[in-house]
Amino acid sequence: MRLEPVTAPTLARTLGYPALAIALTVILASGLSLLAGANPFATLGLIIKGAVGSKFALLETLNRATPLIFTGLAIAVAFKAKLWNIGAEAQLYAGAVVTVLLGTGAVGLPQPFFWVVMAGGAMLAGALVLLGPVLLKTRLGVDEVVTTLLMNFIVLLFVSYLLEGPMKDPMGMGWPKSAALLREARLPRIVPGLRLHWGFGLALVSAGVVWLIQTKTTLGYEIRAVGLNKEAARFAGISVSRVLVLTALLSGGLAALAGFSEVAGLKGNLTLDLSPGFGYTGIIVAMLALLHPLGVVVSALFVAGIFVGADSMSRAAGVPSYIADILLASALLLMVLAILLTRFRVVRG
Amino acid sequence: MELFDILMTASFWAAAVRIASPLIFATMGEIICERAGVLNLGIEGIMVIGAFTGWMAVYSGTGLWGGVAVAMAAGMLFGLLHSVLTVPFGLSQHVVGLGITLLATSSASFAYRLLLPEVTSPPRIVPFQPYEVPMLSEIPLIGPALFAQTPMTYLAFATVAVVALVLYRTPLGLAVRAAGENPSAVASQGLSVTGLRMGAVIVGSGLMAVGGAFLTMSAFSSFFFEMVNGRGWICIALVVFGAWKPGKALLGALLFAAFDALQVRLQQTPLGAQVPYQVFLMIPYVLSILALVLMSRRAEVPAALMVPFNKGER
Repeated sequence: MRLEPVTAPTLARTLGYPALAIALTVILASGLSLLAGANPFATLGLIIKGAVGSKFALLETLNRATPLIFTGLAIAVAFKAKLWNIGAEAQLYAGAVVTVLLGTGAVGLPQPFFWVVMAGGAMLAGALVLLGPVLLKTRLGVDEVVTTLLMNFIVLLFVSYLLEGPMKDPMGMGWPKSAALLREARLPRIVPGLRLHWGFGLALVSAGVVWLIQTKTTLGYEIRAVGLNKEAARFAGISVSRVLVLTALLSGGLAALAGFSEVAGLKGNLTLDLSPGFGYTGIIVAMLALLHPLGVVVSALFVAGIFVGADSMSRAAGVPSYIADILLASALLLMVLAILLTRFRVVRG
Repeated sequence: MELFDILMTASFWAAAVRIASPLIFATMGEIICERAGVLNLGIEGIMVIGAFTGWMAVYSGTGLWGGVAVAMAAGMLFGLLHSVLTVPFGLSQHVVGLGITLLATSSASFAYRLLLPEVTSPPRIVPFQPYEVPMLSEIPLIGPALFAQTPMTYLAFATVAVVALVLYRTPLGLAVRAAGENPSAVASQGLSVTGLRMGAVIVGSGLMAVGGAFLTMSAFSSFFFEMVNGRGWICIALVVFGAWKPGKALLGALLFAAFDALQVRLQQTPLGAQVPYQVFLMIPYVLSILALVLMSRRAEVPAALMVPFNKGER
């Protein structure tokens, strides 16, 4: 077999294959719940109900989506330039560490500035964590996939050291956790009484800003050019290294905001389980959004809904909640294939 | 001098060879994939699936070697999925590889919860026992290190020999390497680049899964969710460190494992006790990055690595 470009894809083709990918994912979900001895319709119903079925469920989904919007944006920005940042988890924790350092009383500032300083400090830390691997890539040609992946383990161990050593909460009853943020360092709730903090608002604003950068600035154009064809971009006079470094700073900063938002908005302190893999899930979020920054918001809400829904379904129906991870990984693989098939036709021979 | 004392103990060298074994299997698997032109980032997840399926098979009554075969088959299945998406369809090897890792890891977790819903701590199996080679195992230092290991470790060394032999001494190996260097030339010889690459990814993934199975069936006797813990990513670094050559990669794996065995022992020295244990645990990952940096200048990357091949397109 070989692939042949489809010059003018029909609407049926453009929508049909992605729809087929979604249908196959739903069939897989049904199969998995049958395996677990549960009624597939009940399982799917419970997932949807657990994700959006009540005010509590909906707020939980929005809260879960918040860090995923940030990590999804971080990865979308980087992948657009074909910079394979798989280290969003490390950058998230770097941002969280700085948020705690600043937010527990290292600096005392009036409120709006306090948040700006914390967020800025977090972004800087995340950017620096990614800067290392990217400089190794641009200067020495070291592949960034492996270095950013390995940085996740290094940073997590470093955080573990901090939480058992210098940053350990003396009042923590021996648990490895940081002291709580000052009250004025916490992000307030958007609507008083509803459990949703301004981190969500910041995530939406960030998506808008990234979209503006990508569509209205020279940097956005350069990032696209580098991602499409490095050689051509270089030939056109674009400094590929400079674009990659700037992309890395933006990407690392965005991932770090996930850490800032989780600590200052939701948790109030830092523990080693701050992120259940938000950095890795961000890859799925970004790919399902086809790397579009506004699409990231939609896909983060979808992915968060699946996770929150599966958690609640698991308690009720007894299907292991890991079904969510399987479905999202399959959706990712099926969707990239479906997108390819909207543009190419499989020909025999 | 404590460092010297450690280096003179047989248990240290035995531990180094034991730690190297799973890395050797998985690194050989990755070399086969990359030599054919496909980067397989599914390695981490495929090691998890191998660790789980092999252990589960033995727990359900299959023999130990049967468990290895089950692990290998499971790895090959994920390899098949990876290769279908990346070779004929030519999808991004980064995205597909990470997707396979997520899929394989979550499948193992799902199946574990499904099959063992009630357990609080994972059940144990009777793993492979060390086999002392008569005479040879009595040589000081080298004997216990190389000739008193479990059969899977011997299999790991045999795998290196077989992979090197096939890659460099057979027409098949030549074709596989050419598929990763100059696929058009392979196609013009009437050979199928698609077939060679898919075969390499499937076989390579099988070896990765056997590497994972070593963890549950030879090193430990249970399955834990976090047990692979980045070993797959370390193997990708080892492939670069070994310049895509089986022999050099074997040395890299042994050297790496020796450092790993050393850090565990240094932790227990009076001086080491004053250093946070996390610093020691970081060493393997830092070393891997260092290895990549050191080798970056003279790495001989297969020319067509990560370049999809579409017949008729030049």
